[in-house]
Amino acid sequence: MTFLNRKDIISILLLAVIIVVVLPLMLDPFRLNLVGKYLTYGFVALGLVLCWGDAGILSLGQGIFFGLGGYCMAMFLKLEASSPENTKIQSTPGIPDFMDWNQITSLPWFWEPFRSLTFTLVAVLAVPMLLAFIIGLAMFKRRVGGTYFAIITQAVAAILTILIIGQQGYTGGVNGITDLRTLEGWDIRPDHAKLVLYFVSAGLLLGCVLLAQFVRRSKLGRILVAMRDKEDRVRFSGYDVANFKIFVFCFAAGLAAIGGAMFTLQVGFMSPSFVGIIPSIEMVIFCAVGGRTSILGAIYGALAVNWARTTFSEDLPQLWLFAMGSMFILVVVVFPQGIAGVYRRYLDPLVDKILPPSRRRAPTIASVETPTASLAE
Amino acid sequence: MALQTDFLLSVEGLVVSFDGFRAVDDLSFYLDRNEIRVIIGPNGAGKTTVLDLICGRTKATSGSVKFKGLELTKMKEHEIVRAGVGRKFQTPSIYEDLTVFENLEVSFPRGRSVFGALGFRRDAEVRDRVEEIAKNIFLADHLDDLAEYLSHGQKQWLEIGMLLIQDPALMMLDEPVAGMSVSERKKTAELLHRVIQDRSVLVIEHDMDFVGDIAHKVTVLHQGKVISEGSIEHVKADPRVVEVYLGHT
Repeated sequence: MTFLNRKDIISILLLAVIIVVVLPLMLDPFRLNLVGKYLTYGFVALGLVLCWGDAGILSLGQGIFFGLGGYCMAMFLKLEASSPENTKIQSTPGIPDFMDWNQITSLPWFWEPFRSLTFTLVAVLAVPMLLAFIIGLAMFKRRVGGTYFAIITQAVAAILTILIIGQQGYTGGVNGITDLRTLEGWDIRPDHAKLVLYFVSAGLLLGCVLLAQFVRRSKLGRILVAMRDKEDRVRFSGYDVANFKIFVFCFAAGLAAIGGAMFTLQVGFMSPSFVGIIPSIEMVIFCAVGGRTSILGAIYGALAVNWARTTFSEDLPQLWLFAMGSMFILVVVVFPQGIAGVYRRYLDPLVDKILPPSRRRAPTIASVETPTASLAE
Repeated sequence: MALQTDFLLSVEGLVVSFDGFRAVDDLSFYLDRNEIRVIIGPNGAGKTTVLDLICGRTKATSGSVKFKGLELTKMKEHEIVRAGVGRKFQTPSIYEDLTVFENLEVSFPRGRSVFGALGFRRDAEVRDRVEEIAKNIFLADHLDDLAEYLSHGQKQWLEIGMLLIQDPALMMLDEPVAGMSVSERKKTAELLHRVIQDRSVLVIEHDMDFVGDIAHKVTVLHQGKVISEGSIEHVKADPRVVEVYLGHT
């Protein structure tokens, strides 16, 4: 695989060993389920590395795509949990309980296709990516960028939250879609099911890491960096810059959506509190703390910040927001490249000593590899 | 009008006004194949705006820019580039976070669509072409260096190289030797004489020695209008040029 050099393979394997072997052996099922939840934020952070770190497009609305992915999955699970037998005490059996409470007497048309798992799996990716495509087309073709774009993504996140809360009968409102039970008859609630879902999440995340690295190592990856640096130069080198921005924005949206769907499966519900402005900003913080130009850094960042959140919330809940705020300020002021930046500066030279960079930065240009965008350096 | 077809680029009656101010006012000029044309003029004469209009960065209020029979004023920037017009910016505009090799590779005219870029392979053709261009722009020994660490002059050459690799029929350079040392300037003149084969070059420059060195023909702009055009000796002797431009230097 030409898009991975020896160091990338080692660092991906290290991540794989940590999340697939070490953590499951060390943690009890409850804690491991929490880590599984953190990993779903890793998908979002991964997308942000390409979109924000590489291409320089700051999206403060990744919660939109995380939420849409999560809601698509939740709709399927909810329909399965609302079989006529399970809901026979309702005035209209066979529809989700919250609909019944809101005097809705038949299943809305847009819920109907979510009876099919195949449709749901396609929708988990297609719905968020389609929305990202529309936002991207409307913004990037008109050359809206930078802060304006960030504000618009915030606005869309706010609108979506208001829509979900306002349309209680169709969406479950502020409570979200709760009481999810089985996936094609397989109970997702017991510990052993959560363990399986954890490994599915971990496996998907590693797959997405490889995919993201493939994109970064292609010429497209270099064009993203070039665009961040000198957009006009890229445009006047014959590229339609907007198309590349739309692509990377949709790519990040797709990753966030996978994270959202896995979140629903592992946590057992989905609610607007994972969609709006605050969760979206938190996602950017995970990525910033880990290092916005490092794929693995961002994943470790998502794990570390969420672990800190849980620890703080258990012991000193009133301090958590202050702690996260200070962490973000500290990262921005002192370590702009986050955890990955610290690694690059202090640990990477040591790693180079232990593992001499055989084919990296080969002196001849015949080398297939490119020294930039290295995964862990 | 029949004459038009003989020219690579014909600019006719070009006007652009910003809030009523006519930065370029009824401008017409014609560029031959294999010609090096230099545009000179005092600050604010509209020189850079002319390049912006040709490459589509600024939309013309009226008038026409014809290039190989194509009406450029109606095309998008990347389409104009693909038609064969290359543009170098005034301040070196290169990708500092990429190596010299990657800078040239990104400019290589293949895989310009999203999925084309995703499937782009760095094959022998790309490598040979990048090496050839790097030799041309005196950067053969710097291919693996980050562009950030190049000197100012080298950055200017790199950007010229990024145009060369696209093999444009028309190359537009905005002050290519500004801020260069005397020896760098000489090398740049040599480079431009070399790249002129099979293409036309439109240059904006202030340095009159350099202009004399490279120009086949000079166009003098003042307040968005052409006030003189011809050989360097001709425009230097033109009293109007001396009045508005040379007299002040």
